[in-house]
Amino acid sequence: MSTHEAWHARYAKLVAACTVLLIAAGGMVTSTGSGLSVPDWPTTYGWNMFTFPLKHWVGGIRYEHSHRLIASTVGFLTIILALWTWRVEPRAWVRKLGFAALGTVILQGVLGGITVLFFLPPAISIAHAGLAQIFFCLTITMALVTSRGWKSNAAPVDDALLRRAAAVTTALVYVQILLGATMRHNDAGLAIPDFPLAFGHLVPPAWNAKVAIHFAHRVGALLVTLGVVATAGHVLYHHRGRRELVRPVVLLLFFLGVQVTLGAFVIWSGKNPLINTAHVVNGALVLATSLVLSLRSFRAGFERAAVAVTRPAPSLGRHELQGARP
Amino acid sequence: MVRVRKLVVCAALAAACAACSGSDSSKSAEPSSPAAAPDAKKVDTATAATVTGKVLIEGTPPANPVLKMASDPTCSNANSGEVHAESYVVDNGALQNVFVWIKDGLGNKYLFDTPTEPVKLDQKGCHYIPHVLGIRVAQPLEIVNSDSTMHNVHGMPETNREFNFGQPVPGMKQSVTFTAPEVMIPFKCDVHAWMNAYIGVVNHPYFAVTGSGGKFELKTIPPGTYTIEAWHEKLGRQQQSITLGEKESKDITFTFKVPAGTD
Repeated sequence: MSTHEAWHARYAKLVAACTVLLIAAGGMVTSTGSGLSVPDWPTTYGWNMFTFPLKHWVGGIRYEHSHRLIASTVGFLTIILALWTWRVEPRAWVRKLGFAALGTVILQGVLGGITVLFFLPPAISIAHAGLAQIFFCLTITMALVTSRGWKSNAAPVDDALLRRAAAVTTALVYVQILLGATMRHNDAGLAIPDFPLAFGHLVPPAWNAKVAIHFAHRVGALLVTLGVVATAGHVLYHHRGRRELVRPVVLLLFFLGVQVTLGAFVIWSGKNPLINTAHVVNGALVLATSLVLSLRSFRAGFERAAVAVTRPAPSLGRHELQGARP
Repeated sequence: MVRVRKLVVCAALAAACAACSGSDSSKSAEPSSPAAAPDAKKVDTATAATVTGKVLIEGTPPANPVLKMASDPTCSNANSGEVHAESYVVDNGALQNVFVWIKDGLGNKYLFDTPTEPVKLDQKGCHYIPHVLGIRVAQPLEIVNSDSTMHNVHGMPETNREFNFGQPVPGMKQSVTFTAPEVMIPFKCDVHAWMNAYIGVVNHPYFAVTGSGGKFELKTIPPGTYTIEAWHEKLGRQQQSITLGEKESKDITFTFKVPAGTD
């Protein structure tokens, strides 16, 4: 791996890390109910977003405006990532991934603006939350596939059952996050006020739309737990010697435990904004870890596909790379 | 690719349209109040009746929570000592900030002039003043920022059109009108989460907000049978039916009970 490639890989990791910060800032906006504290967009009370005076960062404005600035920063970092990847990356699909991330973050910004201008309609706010996770997944994928580990010559694991289990678990986690966003943007976070029971019962004795959304999120947590435990069990039993699989599995189990605990404390604390936000961020980390495990389980497939379609990268001032890689 | 481009253009247009509508300083909702009948007439004040009354509260209301204003020093500096929410303003068993109005019985038999003088809603010390108020359909509501901090004014009607605009400059005034009756419309400031107010919009002049002693008065009501409603932000709604003869004065009392287990 050349120095340039190493810096590119580090930069991709930086973008992914900044996206975690962005998700946290977004979580604070919704958790504090500050989504409409800046009523205009893309301006802030008529100011250019970047020149909004610091003295006016009060109350809910602090959360909403910080979110916008961090989002702009991540957008800017993503432009650089896409261009840098396009210049140095020999794999066409990775180059495309960079621009997919850029397109996603632009669309995400527009959705964020529209949801403010239309007073936070749940459908748009949920789409904003769901697309945030897609963008995060893209940055995680960029960080992973540009890393030294991914490019190493070690033979990848080729296990169809693992691929299926990891992919299903990742999909379950994503659906669970969408359910969480639906609950959050329909103000159903405390529709069932007790935990682990529901109104003192295993199943709610009375139902309405909010109770149903909330309960679906709890059932989703159970399914995700089953998926994670099954996948982890498979890896620990069949691939115990493969560090690139064991590490994300251990991390996944850890994040899952934290996530369930945080979910309980969200209810017990009456939706404390910090706990609520930690639950959102940790949910994203569960997704990211599950995604990393999935991508690594699919690495053999990536390599086969890459061998079939490898072609030289565009030569617009690009660095000469050390041979085509998958 | 073309489809993606179209999507982006549509999204940008939607954003631009919304941005334009969001910059209006004067807002209004779509008209929906029933028109007066062709033979509608003005109320004969010589035969009109009066309803007076009071609103009482039974039981001990929960303490109003202390407002945490530390997130904006301008707000905390504008208030000395502890500041409490205004949900339960109780005066010797009488309840203030209750909106009382004739809900039913007037039909479309009467013509009422729409007042042109604005009703004022002030933002002062990071509170809405008054906390509860009434206004007529089409009457201007003048919203003023008397604070040296930024507020956004977020009206959340269900029948009228929702709005949200900023008042970043001290002394800023903006006018809003409502074109449909709606009792009540919540207002909030998303910058300062504790700031809220409620506005009752009606298409006749028979409404009041209880003040000291929980008292209210509805004057110059034409004789007839009416449903009178009292609304409180926490305790809900109560109704009474009343029949008024010519020049009659009647006194009524609403009693809200604090539900058991309220804290």
